[in-house]
Order: sequence, then structure tokens, then C-alpha cells
Amino acid sequence: MRDVAIISFAQTQHRRAVRELNEVEMLMPVLVDVVAKAGITKDRIDFVCSGSADYLAGMAFSFVMTLDGVGPWPPISESHVDMDGAWALYEAWVKMQMGDVDVALVYSYGKSSPGNLRRVLTRQLDPYYLAPMWPDPVSLAALQARAALDAGVVTETEMAEVVAASRRAALSNPSAQLRGEVEASSLLSEEYFVAPLRRHDCPPISDGAAAVILAADDVARQLCERPAWIRGIDHRIEPHSLGVRDLTRSVSTEQAATHAGVDKDKIDLAELHAPFSHQEVILRRALGLGDEVAVNPSGGALAANPIMAAGLIRLGEAATRITCGAADRAVAHATSGPCLQQNLVCVLEGE
Amino acid sequence: MGKERVAVVGIGQTKHQATYDGSIATLVREAAERALDDARMGWSDIDAVVIGKAPDFFEGVMMPELYLADALGATGKPMFRVHTAGSVGGSTAIVAQDLIAAGIHERVLTVAFEKQSESEAMWALSLPIPFQPPMHAGAGGYFAPHVRAYIRRSGAPDHIGILVALKDRLNALKNPYAHLHEHGITFESVKDSIMLWDPIRYSETCPSSDGACAMVLTNEKGGDEAAAQGRPPAWVLGTAFRSEPTMFAGRDQVNPRGGQDCARDVYAQAGITDPRRDIDVAEIYVPFSWFEPMWLENLHFAAEGEGWKLVEAGVTQMDGDLPVNCSGGVLSSNPIGASGMLRFAEAAMQVRGQCGEHQIDGVRKALGHAYGGGSQFFAMWVVGTEKP
Repeated sequence: MRDVAIISFAQTQHRRAVRELNEVEMLMPVLVDVVAKAGITKDRIDFVCSGSADYLAGMAFSFVMTLDGVGPWPPISESHVDMDGAWALYEAWVKMQMGDVDVALVYSYGKSSPGNLRRVLTRQLDPYYLAPMWPDPVSLAALQARAALDAGVVTETEMAEVVAASRRAALSNPSAQLRGEVEASSLLSEEYFVAPLRRHDCPPISDGAAAVILAADDVARQLCERPAWIRGIDHRIEPHSLGVRDLTRSVSTEQAATHAGVDKDKIDLAELHAPFSHQEVILRRALGLGDEVAVNPSGGALAANPIMAAGLIRLGEAATRITCGAADRAVAHATSGPCLQQNLVCVLEGE
Repeated sequence: MGKERVAVVGIGQTKHQATYDGSIATLVREAAERALDDARMGWSDIDAVVIGKAPDFFEGVMMPELYLADALGATGKPMFRVHTAGSVGGSTAIVAQDLIAAGIHERVLTVAFEKQSESEAMWALSLPIPFQPPMHAGAGGYFAPHVRAYIRRSGAPDHIGILVALKDRLNALKNPYAHLHEHGITFESVKDSIMLWDPIRYSETCPSSDGACAMVLTNEKGGDEAAAQGRPPAWVLGTAFRSEPTMFAGRDQVNPRGGQDCARDVYAQAGITDPRRDIDVAEIYVPFSWFEPMWLENLHFAAEGEGWKLVEAGVTQMDGDLPVNCSGGVLSSNPIGASGMLRFAEAAMQVRGQCGEHQIDGVRKALGHAYGGGSQFFAMWVVGTEKP
């Protein structure tokens, strides 16, 4: 495979509701920032790929408007996925493997505040057999958490510890929405929200955007002192119906990890897209991460969860820590669909 | 172009119709099974699935690929969802071909669909959004001013749009999968049909269709094997996409630069110097009849202002020297998300000699074209009988 690296990452300060800005306005500063951090001008970009979901904006073709934020003139080579930006990054990485593209811009955004997110996400389910019952993502995650608790895969104490670690890590993340010093024991004294999930076991609802610049081979080396090289990237999907899946495992993460080569060497750091606390435990097991691995130094999706961008942010956060020398080998993960239905795994390395 | 040569070895589509009597999963699976049968493959032979469709509001299902993973045999595999407006069917095929060209996978299934009967596309496009100009009339109301500008600039006579509509609907009679089979259609009946968005008449407008299209793409080895078994593949000779802004005063919506650049790019890859001479047949995204002469110019088949003269002279008829939309085109079947892939697939079918009654003899190179948004997203490929 051709060597491709993340050389620049930018994101918004994620908030519960960005009311005063439309999506283009929310995204623009991030695009300006990511290009400036890469030390390039827009005309160096050979390919652009973005990820977003029309259902969050409540309109068909919401990405058509945000493309204007890129300033695509003269016309550009560009594509869009109705998936998290991590998959937009995957498409750009594929394009770069073919040799003609040396620099790519990837961005994604999600503004969940205009609608009722729990109701909106029910529209993501099988339209004939599931969606008519309006099961929301928190309730589905609660089913998964119950299965994991019953199977002994996770305990409520571990879930609270995941949350406490996230809040503490987010103290040093200026983009995070939720942060603070909290003890697991005090979290456990709170009431259930949707049992066995307490409110803090669930991700915040966030508005936000993120962008990444990818560069290949020597172009990456010229533009970045320590590029975060993509050594493996793969994604897999599982059946949609929860009834045919083992919810206490993440089989598709295991498959993607194998194809991405996670176990080829020691992992220093992991950024996992686990919107619910119990999912972090499931994902650690799926990726074979031991206690020595620093998980979610950014605070993860429990600290800020701008849907459609939260996965790309995991790749950007992991890359940033490689670029600054804090880690040598990291795994970044993104998820989509109910109860971790679809998962992407990326291995990043410094040189 | 990439490291690996890419071959189209399987193509399938559903019978396009106003209301498909089945679920979305049944619809896409029917097209996919036909493509697999055509490729002499089974579900386990496929490495990855790339699916595309137009806005999720058209069916009222958010990210439907999640629900369709089972129906498309994608579980345990990579499944990828593309969405680039009306050009999406074409873009989806390009993303699928990239996976092979980059050497990542050997056999990729790509599918595109729309089930318009589940919802109402025109009103899905007309949701009122703060701070944005409302459409309130779907695509026809949006594009009519572009057509009027074309007529004013080129001096094209009124009957050009009628000729295109009549040609495509008559071609559709030769395509069993086409939605509209209007046996009694005449020049007069098109002319007398109700004016919807002046100058676009009812019979010059695409229908609302349920339908799906699927293709199996392989690397060179797979293409050679198919050829050795007497099933000639279509080789991908070039692919390109281009996008341009919605809100930009310097844009020309009638002859967009994005389309011109995209065509130049794909022709250069395919070694085409004179498209009118080198391309034997074209499947062009024409949802409203006047877009045929407009795109003939945009795609460099005719000089600016001259496209309508090719239509009038019968050049784009099946017996002309540049047959366009022998399948009946978007004007005869419009499952929106699949319409772009149908153009790509029909171009490949012409190269493979699979078109039956609407087959053109001796096709060596064919163009598939799709566009979307406000004439701002373009996807194209050129396929041929010979390896690149």
C-alpha cells in the first residue's frame, strides 16, 4: 500500500446547541484551520471527501450547501458519504492508493440540536419491522448494556470508571463538551436514566465539525515533521437485526482489527468511538487492548459526540498524539448504527 | 487510473415501475442477484459492497445501508454508502471501481436504488429550511430557468425538446426494464401534453420510479476469466468526478464548467481526442428533454449553441452516428439514486453486447454520465471492449 498520513486535524469546540450559526458557518473555521495547520493553501488539495447525514439537518442534500464552504472553484474532484467522516477518510485513502492524489481534505459535521435526536435516530432502523416501534438509541444501548452485564463482560463499576476517566481526560481537551473531576463511586449513586444506563453512561448531544488533511509519501514528509502514517485501515458491518447478533461482543471490530493489523505490534494509545460507557469495555476486548494502553486521552465520545464527526475526531485525536511525539503506535476506531453495528479500525504510526 | 485494471463482469437491474411490490431490501436484492447471476458468482465471492442512493428523505429511512447489510450479503464485509446528489449512481460505481483499481479488493458488488413510492421526492426536496431559498416545486421548477436560458442563448426552436422526449420514449419500448412503455406516443401527443414548468411539458419530464441497478466489478484476472468463458467484460477506461458550488455568481448553470472539466478528464484517461468520433454510444443523464442538447455541448460532442442541431438532424437517434440513451434514459425510468448507475451500466451493456433490442452494433467505447444537485455534481466513466 502507498504510504498515506494524517498531517493536520482541526475541530470545533463542541456544544450542545450552536444556534447562531448554520452548518456552513459552523464548518468554515474548521476548514480554514485545518488547511493553515497543514501549512498549505487550498490549491494543493487534489481530492475532497466529506461525511454527513441529511436527517440531522432535516433537509435533503445538506452537504450540497456545506460544499460551498470549501470554495470549490474551479470545480474540484469531490465525493460525499452518508456516513461518519471516518469513512470519508477511508474513501480518500483509497483514492490516494491509486497514485494521482497526493493531498486530500476530509471533513464531516453534525448539528443534532435542531431536532429531537433520540427520535431522529429511530429512522435509522429497519423501516418495516423496527422503526414503527420507535426504539431510540439509548434504549437499544441499554439492551446491549444489560446483555453485557448479564454475561459478566462488564460491571456497573467499570462503566462508571469509564465515565470518570473520560471526564478527567477531557479537562485537557478544549474541544470537549463535558469534563470534570468525578469519582466513579459518586456516579454510581445517581439514578438510572434507561436502566441499566445512567445519564452519564450516555453521550452528550453535540453540534460540531472536524476536518483532516491527508498527504502521501514525500509530500507528507515535506509538510509535517512527524506524520501519523496509516499502517492499516479496514471497516466491517454486522447484521442489522439485534436478535441475530451477540451484543456482548463487537465481531465487526474484531474483523476490522485483524485486517488493519492491530496486533502486529504494541499499541500505545487508543481513541475509541464508544458513545456509551459499556461499549468502551466491549471495544477494548474486541481490539485486545490491555491495561497499559491509554484509552481516549481526548475524553472520547462521552465528552463530546457530534454525530457524523465523532468517528473522524477519534482518528484526528490519535494522529495528533503521534505527531506531537506522545505516542508511536495508536489505534483509532469509529462506529455507526445501533449497538456498534458497523465499525472502522485504523492503525496509525510515527516514523 | 490506479494500479489494477477494472472489468465490469455482471450487470442487473429491476423492472422500473411506479410502485415496486416489495420491500426496499427485496428491491436491491433482486438487482444484486441478477448482477451476480450475470457474473456467474455467488454472495460469498464478493469482497465488499458499495451502495448509493439519493437523499434519505426520499424513502424516509436514515442511512438505509445499515438495514440493507443483510439483504446484500454484506455482513462480515466492508459496506460503504455514497451520496452525491443525482450523480450518486455514477459516483457509487466509481468508488467501487476505485477499491479494485487501488488493489484493495478483487470483486466488488455495487448497488444503487430509489423507491420513490415510499415517499414523495418533490416535497422531500422542498422542506423549508431557514436562511435558504425554498424550492417548493422539486427539480423541474429548479431546472426550467436553465432550459429557458439555453433556448435564449442558442436560438433552439421549441420542437427540440419534443424530439428528444419522443426518441427516448420510443427507445424505451425496446428496453423491457424501462418504466414507461408508451406505445401510442407521437410528436403531437408530446406537444399537446400539459406544460408543467414552462418550457418543460409533462411528456418531457422523467417519471417517478422504483428501481435498482447493480454491477459486479473485478480486477484484470476476473475480467480475463469472464472473457475466456465467452462473457466479454466491459473494461473501465476512465472515471472522473467534479463538483462546483451552489451559490457562486461566476457559475454557468447552462454549460457548467464542472461538467466540461469532468468530460475532458475522463476522455484524456480513455485516450479520446474527438469524442464525437471516438465514442460509439452514450448514456447521458437527461431528466428533462432539453438536457440532451445542453449536455451534448457540455460533453464536447457539439460546439456551444450547436447541440440542438445534432438532435434535429437525428444524430442521437439509434440509427444516428452518436446514439444517445438507447435504453430510454432517465426520461423513461427514474429511480433517482439508481439513474446514474443505470447510465454507467447501460454503457457497459452496450460494450458487452447485452442490450437486446436496443443494442447498437459494434460498440467499442461508450460513455456513462450522471449529474446532480443544481447541475453542479458530475460523475462519468468510459468503458470499452479493449483493455486500457
